[in-house]
Amino acid sequence: MADIHSSDAFVEFERVQKSYDGENLVVKDLNLVMPKGEFLTMLGPSGSGKTTCLMMLAGFETATHGDIRLDGESINNIPPHKRGIGMVFQNYALFPHMTVAENLSFPLEVRKMGKSEREAKVKRVLDMVQMGEFGGRRPAQLSGGQQQRIALARALVFEAELVLMDEPLGALDKQLREHMQFEIKRIADNLGITVVYVTHDQTEALTMSDRVAVFDDGRIQQLAPPDTLYEQPENSFVAQFIGENNTLEGVVKEINGDVALVRLDDGELIDCKPVNVSKPGERTRVSIRPERVEYNKERLQEGVHTLKAEVMEFIYMGDIFRTRLKVAGNDEFIIKTRNAPDQVRLQPGTQIEIGWLPQDCRALDA
Amino acid sequence: MSDQTTSGPVLAADGTPLKRSLARALRLQKMRALALIAPLLLFVLITFIAPIADMLFRSVENQIVSETLPQTVVALADWDPTTGEAPDEAVYRALAADLKVAVEDKTHTRLGSRLNYELTGASSLFRKSGRKVKRMDLESDTSFKEAFTDIDRKWGEVAIWETIQTYSPKYTNGYFLNAVDMRKGPDGPEARPENQQIYMMLFGRTLFMSLVITMSCIILGYPVAWLLANLPTRTSNLLMILVLLPFWTSLLVRTSAWKVMLQQQGVINDTLVWLGLVADDARLVMINNQFGTIVAMTHILLPFMILPMYSVMQTIQPSYLRAAKSMGATNWTAFWRVYFPQSVPGIGAGSILVFILSIGYYITPEIVGGNTGTFISNRIAYHISSSLNWGLAAALGAILLAVVLLLYYVYDKIVGIDNVKLGG
Repeated sequence: MADIHSSDAFVEFERVQKSYDGENLVVKDLNLVMPKGEFLTMLGPSGSGKTTCLMMLAGFETATHGDIRLDGESINNIPPHKRGIGMVFQNYALFPHMTVAENLSFPLEVRKMGKSEREAKVKRVLDMVQMGEFGGRRPAQLSGGQQQRIALARALVFEAELVLMDEPLGALDKQLREHMQFEIKRIADNLGITVVYVTHDQTEALTMSDRVAVFDDGRIQQLAPPDTLYEQPENSFVAQFIGENNTLEGVVKEINGDVALVRLDDGELIDCKPVNVSKPGERTRVSIRPERVEYNKERLQEGVHTLKAEVMEFIYMGDIFRTRLKVAGNDEFIIKTRNAPDQVRLQPGTQIEIGWLPQDCRALDA
Repeated sequence: MSDQTTSGPVLAADGTPLKRSLARALRLQKMRALALIAPLLLFVLITFIAPIADMLFRSVENQIVSETLPQTVVALADWDPTTGEAPDEAVYRALAADLKVAVEDKTHTRLGSRLNYELTGASSLFRKSGRKVKRMDLESDTSFKEAFTDIDRKWGEVAIWETIQTYSPKYTNGYFLNAVDMRKGPDGPEARPENQQIYMMLFGRTLFMSLVITMSCIILGYPVAWLLANLPTRTSNLLMILVLLPFWTSLLVRTSAWKVMLQQQGVINDTLVWLGLVADDARLVMINNQFGTIVAMTHILLPFMILPMYSVMQTIQPSYLRAAKSMGATNWTAFWRVYFPQSVPGIGAGSILVFILSIGYYITPEIVGGNTGTFISNRIAYHISSSLNWGLAAALGAILLAVVLLLYYVYDKIVGIDNVKLGG
């Protein structure tokens, strides 16, 4: 966040709070700065405040406190229809009594645009989402994926610079969803529009976004590009929420610069990178990604601490092997290995030793 | 699986044609389903369909003349009323013979009242003649024409004979002509004199007032239905109870309550006078006229409008309005272009319901309608229970039924019956 200055901010949330009942804050002190052209995803479990943030930006909810700015202007008191923000809804909200073309020309009509201009724009946007021949159909005659495209087209047809998407792919099956993720990203990049995308699907967030804001409990827990988010989670919520994660609990024994020595609860010692811990004696939760765990002794670095582990279960998943281990009293410890020709298939009951690079193992808040 | 390469019908496993064995398999199911609904079907047939069919048949039935005066009808067949002269002696002799039998069976008074619908005075004429015809002797008496004109000189005039001749066939369109303010004349159907015309005006008034009632139900009910569909559940449940409360109150009580409210010494007038808005000697007339009927019936039929509207509006997601607004539509445009068209099926269902209910409404117009606010149904009830002209009542009812069916058809053509939703 530090590298973006308010001067090139396009969308800006400043100290925004939202409460529905006057007792609980749904959004607590939200600060967010987005430059033009960014694809930002708000990711979080349900009830984390992400949709509320989107609705405040769209104008359907008012902020209880704080300032929301669009292109430098405060929009707190501007009604939704004057904000000029495109929006794709969770259930598409295509008007059932209008044809596809009428749906698309609706935002142009309310802008009092001429008929020929409207038709040209509708045709252009239909071609863009590859639905050129469907202008005369009713939404009910389209499949889920086609409706999705039309909903996208309708948000884009009036050339909004900012488009909000509220879990737009939630109703599609997996294959179509993956295809549409790519499609939406491609169109957004081509048009250079700014997108705020809300989802609870972390894969979607990682694959599509320039940056991801992870929401929990009404706050942004971490705002970072996908790779940073995955590899360097700043707290245990983010580590747990994004991707698969192994957790071990213990107490910090000592910190030497970039390496912290942690004594796990069963007495074993491991090396970690201190992230959310500052002094010896603090409780910590250590997070390691399953694919960063090594059990082949030849590949382990000299002098690193290793842990004894017992293989509980071996699952063949095609491209990878997923092995469940019992490590330091935790029998939900997962490791993932690539299905390479020389890869060993661990049999349940086998005793092995595991280790990792200290920087892959992050000591987070307890 | 049958072999598709061989020609001919597809065969089942045992060699019979597949269609036939499918029909056989389904027949048992159909019989079982039919047996389940049979009691209701019989009940409806006996208590609903059959009486209606019988009533409708009465609107054309006219056997009483030919059954009571069989010989007279035959003898009168050749008489030409346009000559302006009474029929000849043979007809009077036949009449004497027929009346003697009728008096014994006591059917002559019934014939009298039947003919009285068409010719005023026929009832008393037959009653008077019935008493005196006993003294006539078919064997010895010579001039029956003289004898009858002695009883009443009406027997010597053309009118009564013309009526008997016109209504001698077994079936007649006379009731229907009567129901549309016409009558059978010597040269076929003709309009009744203007001071006797009433039914077309009543039909027109019934349709007009039903339309007004339907419109006021739409206008009053739409916002309520909208609130019901959009308020939080707890509040909307409370509102729903308020909407349904009149449903659980007796119709008679509600109508009488309006009488209390609207009459000249009633609550509203008293309040207006007390407030000084209306002078004591110029109290508003709000009951026993069209206004009273419209007010009371709008109130009574309102739930039938609100409920279908509500169930349709409930299915309209709020995201449609949000979507419209996000695209730049003002609140009004979003409502008018997006919300309202989707709520039209509810308006359609409510309108059909209210209109058809009100077109046949009886109790409320009877109590608060006075002279100017009554419906055609009140006239039908009058003919059923007071004037006992069931044929005319049946004809009026049949026309009412036809009008409703016609309107339903027109509605289907214009709005489309598929666009009517009662929910979901």
